[in-house]
Amino acid sequence: MGKSKFRVIDIIKYLTLLVGVFVVLFPPYVVLVNAFKSTDEFNTSNSMALPKSFFNMDNFLTVFKRGHLLSGFGNILIIIVVALALNILFGTMVAYVLGRFSFKLKPVIFGAYLVATIIPSITTQVATFGIIKSLGLYNTLGAPIILYIGADVIQIILYLQFIRNIPVDLDESAMVEGASLFKIYRSIIFPLLTPATATLVILKTISIYNDMYIPYLYMPKQSLGVVTTVLMRFQGVDTADWNLICAAILVILLPTVILYFFLQKYIFEGVTSGAVK
Amino acid sequence: MFGTMSYNKQKTIIIVSFLTIPLLLLGVFTYYPAIKLIYYSFTNWDGYSPEKPWVGLANYREVFSNPDIFKVFEHNFAYFVMGVVQNIIAIYFAVILSNRLRGKNFFRILLFLPYIMNGVAVAFMFGYVFDTTNGSLNLLLGNLGLSGLSQTSWLGTEGLVNYSLASTGLWRFMGYNMVIYIASLQAIPRDIFEAAKIDGAGSMQTLWRITLPNMKPVIQLNLFLTVTGALEVFDLPFVLTKGGPAGASQTYVQRVVETAFAYNNYGLASAMSIILLFFVVFVLLIQQLVLNRGGNK
Repeated sequence: MGKSKFRVIDIIKYLTLLVGVFVVLFPPYVVLVNAFKSTDEFNTSNSMALPKSFFNMDNFLTVFKRGHLLSGFGNILIIIVVALALNILFGTMVAYVLGRFSFKLKPVIFGAYLVATIIPSITTQVATFGIIKSLGLYNTLGAPIILYIGADVIQIILYLQFIRNIPVDLDESAMVEGASLFKIYRSIIFPLLTPATATLVILKTISIYNDMYIPYLYMPKQSLGVVTTVLMRFQGVDTADWNLICAAILVILLPTVILYFFLQKYIFEGVTSGAVK
Repeated sequence: MFGTMSYNKQKTIIIVSFLTIPLLLLGVFTYYPAIKLIYYSFTNWDGYSPEKPWVGLANYREVFSNPDIFKVFEHNFAYFVMGVVQNIIAIYFAVILSNRLRGKNFFRILLFLPYIMNGVAVAFMFGYVFDTTNGSLNLLLGNLGLSGLSQTSWLGTEGLVNYSLASTGLWRFMGYNMVIYIASLQAIPRDIFEAAKIDGAGSMQTLWRITLPNMKPVIQLNLFLTVTGALEVFDLPFVLTKGGPAGASQTYVQRVVETAFAYNNYGLASAMSIILLFFVVFVLLIQQLVLNRGGNK
C-alpha cells in the first residue's frame, strides 16, 4: 500500500510540473506559430494552429525594414558593451579597495551602496532627468550608458565574496617582489575575478537588453531606438497586425533565450549568490 | 611609477583614485536625485521654469487629501495578491525539484525561462494571448469546453484587468523566486533531514517542521521583494494597457510619472515619490522587526 501511495504523489508532482511547463510555454508557442503566418493565413486560421510553412520569412523581413530592428540591435549592443566595460572596471576597483584595505570610511561606503537599493529608481528619474539634461546627455547613447555604469550592491557583494577567497599570500608575495598595489589589482585580483565577472556580464547584459524605462525616457529620438523602444513604436504603428508583432516579439526574445540555454549555469549562480545571504 | 613609493602611500592613492569615479556616479545618480526629490516635493515646480516656488507641505497635503491618488493603490493590491500566490507556487516547485526526481533539471530550466525574456516583448505577447476576439487564451478556454469564459475581455474589464496584468508578472517571475528557494533548500544540511527520517517524521511533518522554518529568511526576503515590487509596478500596465480601461489599471508609479512628465507637476510627483520611498522603508522596518523577533526565539 505504501508503494502505491508514493506513486500517486509522483503522479501529482509530474502533473503539476507539466501544467507549469505548459503555462510557461503556451504564450511563446502562440507567438512562434503566428510569426510565420501571412496576414491572410493569420486571419483565416486559428491562433493556435501551426503555420503552413516555417520557412515563410516575409514577416521577419517586414519587421526588420519597417520596425528599424537592426538599428535597435546596433544601439543596444553599443550601450551594453560600453556600459559593461566601464561597470566591470569600476566594480572590480571598488571591490578591490573594500575587500583588501581597511580604512575609516569603509563601512559608510558599503552602507551607501546598500541603502541605494531601497530608493525606487523609477521615481527618482524625475530629478535624474534634470541632471542628464544639464550634462548634455539627453537624446544621446551616453544617457543610458552613464546610468548603467554604476555598480549595484549585489555586484559588490559577489565580487567581495570572490576576493575573500583569493589568498592574501598572493598579494604579499607579489609585494615581496616589489609589485605596486596597482599591479596587484591588474595582474592578480582582476584576472582572478573572471568567474564572477562572467556571471555579472551575462546577468547585466540581459537586464540592460530588457530595460525599457531608461531608453524610453532619455532617448525618444527615432534613430536612437533600442530593441524595447523600437518594439513599442512598431506596435503603436501596426496595432492590428498581430502576425507582424509576433515576428518582432520572436526576434527580440531570441537573443536572451539563446544566451540562457547556453549559459544557464552562470545565470543561476548569479541569481542565487545575490539573494541567499 | 609606484615602484619606489611606500605601500602606505600607495594604499592612500589607490583608495582615493579607485573610489572617486564610482562614488561620484553613486552620488550624482542616486543620492543627489533623492535629495533633489525631497527639495522639489516642497515646491510646485513645473519642470522647466527657473523659479521653483516654495509651497511647504502643500503637496503632501494634496496627496493625502485627494482620494484619487491613494485609490490607485487598489490596483497595486492585485499585484500583491498575485505575488503571494507566486511565492507559494515557487516554494511548491522548489520543494519538488529539490528532491530526487527524473528530469528535474529540465523542469527547472523551463520554469525559469520567462525571467530572462524581454519585458516589453512579454507584455505584447500577453497582449495577444489576452486579446478578446483573436486571443489564444479565449480560444484555449473554448477548446477546453469553458465557452462561458471564452468571451472574457481580460484587459478590458475593470475588476479583472489588474489581475490579468499581475498574472503576467507571476508568469515572468515565479521561476526567479523558485531558483532562489531551491538554492536556500540546498543550503539546509542533509543530516537534519536524515535525523528526522530516523525519528519517523512523515514527509508533511518534515516540510512543516524542518524545510519551511529553515527557508524563513529567504521567504521573508522574497516577500519583501513582492511587497515592494507590488508598490512599484510600472512597466507592464504602462506598455500593455496604458493604464486603461479608463484608468482602471493605472498603478501608483505610473501616476507619479504621468504627474511629472505629462502634467508637468514635478512638485506633486516628487512628494508622491517620497511617500512611496517611506512605504518601502516602512515595509523593510516591519520585516526587520519580525525577522529579528524570529531570530531571538
